[in-house]
Amino acid sequence: MKKIMVGLKRVVDYNVRIRVKPDGSGVITDGVKMSINPFDEIALEEALRIKERGEAEEVIAVSIGPADAQQQLRTGLAMGADRAILVQTDKLVEPLDAARTLLKLIEKESPELVIVGKQAIDDDNGQTGAMLAALWDRPQGTCVSEVTFADGKATVTREVDSGLETIEVDLPAVLTADLRLNEPRYVKLPDIMKAKRKPLETVSLDDLGIALDPQLEIVKTDPPAQRQKGVMVEDVDGLISALKDKGLL
Amino acid sequence: MGRILIIAEHDGSTLNSSTSKCVSCAAGIENDGIDIVVFATSGAGIASQAAGLAGVAKVLHVDNEANANPLAAVIAPQVVAIAEPYSHILGPSTTFGKDLMPRVAALLGVGQVSDIMAVLGPYTFQRPVYAGEAIVTVEASADRKLVGTVRSASYKAAATGGSAAVEATSVDANLPTHSRYGELKAAASDRPDLQTASRVICGGRALGSKENFEMVFKLADKIGAAVGATRAAVDAGYVSNETQVGQTGKIIAPELYIAFGISGAIQHVTGIKDAGTIVAVNKDAEAPIFEIADIGLVADLFAVIPELESKLG
Repeated sequence: MKKIMVGLKRVVDYNVRIRVKPDGSGVITDGVKMSINPFDEIALEEALRIKERGEAEEVIAVSIGPADAQQQLRTGLAMGADRAILVQTDKLVEPLDAARTLLKLIEKESPELVIVGKQAIDDDNGQTGAMLAALWDRPQGTCVSEVTFADGKATVTREVDSGLETIEVDLPAVLTADLRLNEPRYVKLPDIMKAKRKPLETVSLDDLGIALDPQLEIVKTDPPAQRQKGVMVEDVDGLISALKDKGLL
Repeated sequence: MGRILIIAEHDGSTLNSSTSKCVSCAAGIENDGIDIVVFATSGAGIASQAAGLAGVAKVLHVDNEANANPLAAVIAPQVVAIAEPYSHILGPSTTFGKDLMPRVAALLGVGQVSDIMAVLGPYTFQRPVYAGEAIVTVEASADRKLVGTVRSASYKAAATGGSAAVEATSVDANLPTHSRYGELKAAASDRPDLQTASRVICGGRALGSKENFEMVFKLADKIGAAVGATRAAVDAGYVSNETQVGQTGKIIAPELYIAFGISGAIQHVTGIKDAGTIVAVNKDAEAPIFEIADIGLVADLFAVIPELESKLG
């Protein structure tokens, strides 16, 4: 393969305790730590490993988001991506629009493989990878926990509800990374310095000929229903009798 | 109002209960009829199971050798080929539906509502974001087809006793050959299915080893429970991937859920919030799991599990 493209989304860090704004207009993101979506980080790690095995020549990290998403792309470059492209917009980009935008970049760059996370941990939509594969009219391997390449094909192991499923797809293809695909590397300080000199190109949606077409209006954001704190029991006998009281044993 | 189409999930012979949950969700959307479509090699048997779900008007089955296994790239164009009369197209939010439905939506040029947990109107839905730490109400345009996945844990199975018409049909769609099914490695198990079991016992990393996790299986067998695990326990190799419960694993809603050595990270808790009764056993009294547990016991799981097992015998 010559090129692998990886999508990196800037999201609220997974360790941040999410709080809903009192007026229901969204969640609080001001002053909150932002990171690469963990599944996208796994996607990038896989691309880097493929390149390090000598099976690909170049890894391009791309993001769609605000100017600040450059931080996540710089982290991606420090991990080892060769260059980065930011499609800069302050608007909310729904998965279908994200897929359309990524398709424009694919048309420019002609990668043989695109890897994205199986879902972003902010909106939890889990749509972009499969939508991109559909628009590109290419195969998809979603929820991937293992992948190998030979003869222009990828053999993909997918984590499915009933176990592990293998499929074979022709390249080019879109893969979406699941948790157990790999464990991303830590970025070292010299790599962060080096990453500052790697190319990071910024383009606009206009440059790519994309007009956003939002389809879902978020009317309101609520905190989830809270479960009531229950009772504490002292020992196993207490546990058994509490369960019997509820008719559960 | 329009008709609703549900894509059936099955294993080649048996309809998955997630399809029934989709029917329950669809019943909450004003409609002119709920239809189900089965893609299989010979789907008449599965279709007749679907026809028994109350509230279903018609069940279609599209028989084709290419449908022997669920490949999203192969099924999606067939869904699109029969989509025309429908206002809503729903699938389950299982790994089957998560793979297929976005591909269908993109081919139709529409967005998707993932993980529908409540229907507030024909085009207005609630869904969880941020691992269930926030719930958004989203409104889609009535001018376009609505594609969505249904969060199974939010719905009860539809009643049975229906008698929908079953119809074999064929579709005119160009099916790709770029994707080929290999095999499914499923852990053979006589235990109840995690997603439908009324009792579930879950273990965390505190179990410490694959051997120790056997304690959980033994107790589960004693009370007829399914076994689940946290991501950490799966990552550590104590149990296989299909047991993972949480944001990126299975979302479950058993009547009884018992957590052993689980701290209660939000990524796990989002998968169990719909359980009827949550029991937590953890030696750390400060573990966040106790904030949501109906019954809590601060104790060492290595003492509790054997004692429970002997006293329940």
